[in-house]
Amino acid sequence: MRTFVGRWQTWAGFAVAAVLLFGVAPAVLSSFRLGLLGQYLCYAIVAAGIGLAWGRGGMLVLGQGVFFGLGAYMMGMHLKIADAEVRKQAVPDFMQIAGTTKLPAFWEPFSSVAFTLLAIVALPTVIAVLLGLGVFKRRVKGAYFAILSQALAAALAILLVNPSFHLGGSNGLNGFRTFFGFRLSDPVNRQMLYFIAAGMLLIAVAVVRQLMQSRYGELLVAVRDGEERVRFLGYDPANVKVVAYTAAALFASVAGALFAPIIGFITPAQVGVVPSIMFLIGVAIGGRTTLLGPVLGAIAVAWAQTTFSERFPSGWTYAQGLLFIVVVGFLPAGLAGLGTLLKRWRRRDTEPAPAPEPEPEKVGAST
Amino acid sequence: MSTDVEPVAGGNVGMGSEYLEVRGLTVDFDGFKAVSEVDLTLFQGDLRFLIGPNGAGKTTVIDAITGLVGATGSVNKSGVELLGKKVHRIARFGVGRTFQTASVFEQLTVLQNLDIAAGAGRSWWTLLRRRHGVLPAIEEALETIGLAGLADKPAGVLAHGQKQWLEIGMLLVQNADVLLLDEPVAGMSAEEREETGNLLRRIGAERTVVVVEHDMDFMRAFATSVTVLARGRVIAEGTVADVQANPKVQEVYLGTAAAGTEDLEAS
Repeated sequence: MRTFVGRWQTWAGFAVAAVLLFGVAPAVLSSFRLGLLGQYLCYAIVAAGIGLAWGRGGMLVLGQGVFFGLGAYMMGMHLKIADAEVRKQAVPDFMQIAGTTKLPAFWEPFSSVAFTLLAIVALPTVIAVLLGLGVFKRRVKGAYFAILSQALAAALAILLVNPSFHLGGSNGLNGFRTFFGFRLSDPVNRQMLYFIAAGMLLIAVAVVRQLMQSRYGELLVAVRDGEERVRFLGYDPANVKVVAYTAAALFASVAGALFAPIIGFITPAQVGVVPSIMFLIGVAIGGRTTLLGPVLGAIAVAWAQTTFSERFPSGWTYAQGLLFIVVVGFLPAGLAGLGTLLKRWRRRDTEPAPAPEPEPEKVGAST
Repeated sequence: MSTDVEPVAGGNVGMGSEYLEVRGLTVDFDGFKAVSEVDLTLFQGDLRFLIGPNGAGKTTVIDAITGLVGATGSVNKSGVELLGKKVHRIARFGVGRTFQTASVFEQLTVLQNLDIAAGAGRSWWTLLRRRHGVLPAIEEALETIGLAGLADKPAGVLAHGQKQWLEIGMLLVQNADVLLLDEPVAGMSAEEREETGNLLRRIGAERTVVVVEHDMDFMRAFATSVTVLARGRVIAEGTVADVQANPKVQEVYLGTAAAGTEDLEAS
């Protein structure tokens, strides 16, 4: 009975989310605002993966910009080639200006739709598995892992600027005109992109939910809280961690691939260290150990950033930093932990001597 | 789980049973020999206590057998050489251990702790699905360790003694037949010690149990055989009475540790 109710609640939750994303949002938001929401949803897809890897797995993934950037740039390359083909040109516009007449070799495969889509999924997965195995088998963890992942993000941003890669330098790739043949100037097509992002977010949340509630999810928490102990139970914790890390990388790549056409450009500044930290802030504020905390936190922070920086261009950065400090310092479980905290206070008021109840949610996990 | 068989010195099953044979085990920490040339032979059904003064190398022996520290020599479990294998591989060969400080997964429930301990051989397909129901082996272990009523409580709220029992329960469902327990009764009340001792006797009948312990009363009450370590070497082995009567053991425990060791090395 209880599982039946639980299942019913889950479906109801997904139904409400679907109605909001697919029905209400397009109806009440202008095309411009809907595009912004699409960007936030991309951040939310990244956040769902970070919630799994960091919140449940204890891996402080400070470099998700790497995978976000891989997805975004691979999609961007395909879109630029497709635009050039429509105009019967050999190379994208920015290469012509630079005097390049032949498509660089590593650009070539991205003229294929199938290759591009496959690469967006496969490349980050392969990189995350190899990197994860290399790092976790050597028992690199905690701050060292965080620094390593951040350094990768910094390295990628520097690489992308390098002119010999023909990736547009610090201007990145921009001016996308079509998305798989659909003109991006048409609001209907932009709305379609938004719908794809919304659908991907629902899929990401469903996948993370399954991972969190499965036996694997329990094992992942065990690895987070006692990696050595898990080893003595006959598991190799590295394999357990690689799965969560790879899932997070894959989500980041897919989100990046949608983000590029939605916002219309992708630059090294969007995939480096700063955005990588930004991904984390939303997750921390929302509540990293919960399923929806990271998703809602990421959307809320991105929305607040747009709204407040429209009015107070420089003030928001400080406010965001302050918010981050307050949450990390006083609300380690994020805003999602606030509900639990309030519930406990209320119980303390009504019941004179409550039994030592534990927090139902994982509070203050080590990183 | 209750059997009429009791653990006895030398094992209660006889030849051909499961065994753990340690030969010439040496652990060298940059020139300091924490454990040197230790031999141990353990048969199924033996409840062996490993005692010795502080720094004798008791925990290091367990660390070496379970692969936590590198060692030379040989550790043979029923025909399989364990030395040189990785920690999680050794665990899969049925060697389980506990730690001086109870290290259960505090955020997970008692049931989840046991389910994880029971699952090292699970396929990814099983792992990626939700846990339904309780495995019979886990149900049995919950009864054995007396935590059946607390199955859905987070392990973090358990009392200290209960955490240690949960750890022992995890070894049971892990299907370990060699159990290495590092000071399981440290910090326990008298009743908890009594219960732990009875628990060890119950589970020790079908397994090989090694207990590192400082508590001599506990050792006298429950050990079937005793190995005494001092300065990384085995100085005596036998029944409780044998060991207590051994002058070398008396020297190590009563005289200064330094004097005792010098004598040992001379002999």
